[in-house]
Amino acid sequence: MPTTLAPVSVAELKDVAKRLRAHIVEMVYQAQSGHPGGSLSAVELGVSLFWNHLRCDPANPGWPDRDRFILSKGHATPFYYSLLAERGYFSTELLAKFRTLGSPLQGHPSMSAAPGIEMSSGSLGQGLSFAIGHALSGRLDRRDFRCWVMMGDGELNEGQVWEAAMAVPHFDLGDRIIAMVDRNGIQNDGFGDNIMKIHPPEMWRGFGWHVIECDGHDMAAVDQALSEAERPHEKPRVVVAYTVKGKGVSYMENNPSFHGKAPTKDQLAQALEEIAGGLK
Amino acid sequence: MTAPTAPAAATREAYPVALSELVEQGIDVVALDADLSASTMGYQFGEKYPERWHSVGIAEANMVGIGAGYAATGKTAFIASFASFLPGRCFDQIRTSVAQPKGGLNVNCVASHGGVTVGEDGASAQAIEDLALMTSLIPFDVIVPADFESARQAIIAVGKTTRPSYVRTGRPKVAAIYDRSFRFEIGRANVLRPGSDVTLIACGILVGIALDAAAHLAADGISARVIDMATIKPIDRDAVLAAARETGAIVTAEEHQTHGGLGTQVARVLAETLPTPVAFVGVDRYGTSGKWDELLGYFELTPGRLSAAAKDVIARKR
Repeated sequence: MPTTLAPVSVAELKDVAKRLRAHIVEMVYQAQSGHPGGSLSAVELGVSLFWNHLRCDPANPGWPDRDRFILSKGHATPFYYSLLAERGYFSTELLAKFRTLGSPLQGHPSMSAAPGIEMSSGSLGQGLSFAIGHALSGRLDRRDFRCWVMMGDGELNEGQVWEAAMAVPHFDLGDRIIAMVDRNGIQNDGFGDNIMKIHPPEMWRGFGWHVIECDGHDMAAVDQALSEAERPHEKPRVVVAYTVKGKGVSYMENNPSFHGKAPTKDQLAQALEEIAGGLK
Repeated sequence: MTAPTAPAAATREAYPVALSELVEQGIDVVALDADLSASTMGYQFGEKYPERWHSVGIAEANMVGIGAGYAATGKTAFIASFASFLPGRCFDQIRTSVAQPKGGLNVNCVASHGGVTVGEDGASAQAIEDLALMTSLIPFDVIVPADFESARQAIIAVGKTTRPSYVRTGRPKVAAIYDRSFRFEIGRANVLRPGSDVTLIACGILVGIALDAAAHLAADGISARVIDMATIKPIDRDAVLAAARETGAIVTAEEHQTHGGLGTQVARVLAETLPTPVAFVGVDRYGTSGKWDELLGYFELTPGRLSAAAKDVIARKR
């Protein structure tokens, strides 16, 4: 069974990240709706994970021993679908159907609608709980897969996240569940600090987790953080990746209005040019 | 049918019995509770199969998600709490994580302490909205058994489908209606008493009350059919339509609001196919403390009220 592609070089991962960013802005432009900001912020986490860490087989998405990637921040579908397509779960041509009538690529993920979609999400805060069910089942069946759960920082406002956060160490699932937080600082209504000020590392530590912090756009740092998260530790691990909402497109970066807004035609051209030029 | 000789038992007592039977039959059952396992009786399953049962603490939303994750790996998941909290505390989680994935995930909710017969705990513990919520979820089967035996068989039945389900059980011990010769089927009603003037369609604890009402009505010369409509969804259309054709008047009775529960399901079948006078008996206000049987009186979930409703609806026949 194929597992990870590791080791893939940082240079190669950066190339994949560029392709993902281009897909993201094109998909949202074409659909004229969707969530580019929190998709662009998650790119390095996703690419490092899917190329170097996630044990998976895109040709066999139901492989019972696969690692699960659970996108809890379900609005980041432009990111998620391009990640799955670039990794080979389905054709990149399908990305053009994003958010269209009858498409398997709904605005928010619909479980099993397309290969690799592990969970229906979009209502925030539910992914970590879902992962606990997978992990307990894996333990019961003596399978050693891991569940990687990606959350947004705004999503941490949801109480259910903390119900699940306290349950992971309680059930001793640290070697089966790895959490990732895309700490981009912006949520639907604006800057998180103005809406609900939170301190993710302290909160996770308080719930009994080992916190690994990294620059979420430094591919080498992300890759290292995920490697550290895979290593055994007495506590479950959460990677808090400090990111920029809209990363890679100047007018979207740190701009709350691009949480859920599509670019114009001119803006798309500019975005693609900036993405091709690479991260500053 | 022969009169059952089993002692009175609460429908919730059937839960751990049914789960154990499912495991013994080779079904890959896992079960979760949210710190009410001494009341849902889930702890008894946990004592028998500790590797298959977990308490998640007082965290119903998390419980639903964990159940969904289990089901996504192929397990037959059961989750349990009070009917006021499951679905009340976690409806969105049930909708998104359980109901919406293709065909629904195999998560079976067994909610105890349904209706107002919870007793002294008062309004916050009395579930009179759960059936409305759960019948709104497309893939769900929704079942309200009337006694221990039907509850045991209903829980086994939902454990053998891959669909999600909601089974409501009750707190008080109730008289047995069925014996072991009974065969429960999801979606099939049971005519417990023949009748030609009116039909009383009930679920849960109201089934026994409807049988008492029918006896009272017989004394007044009225022939009342009694149907145990344990499955609210999918409802047994044939049984409803036969009752309408053959008796021409219907009373529905449930330990739930008249909006969104059994009465609503029955009325829809009739409105679509065979409009028939219906009287709805249920609970349309929030409750109070009291012993469970006192509460039945307080809310007028009594043979007397069912009999009066039957006479009213007979008078409305054309």
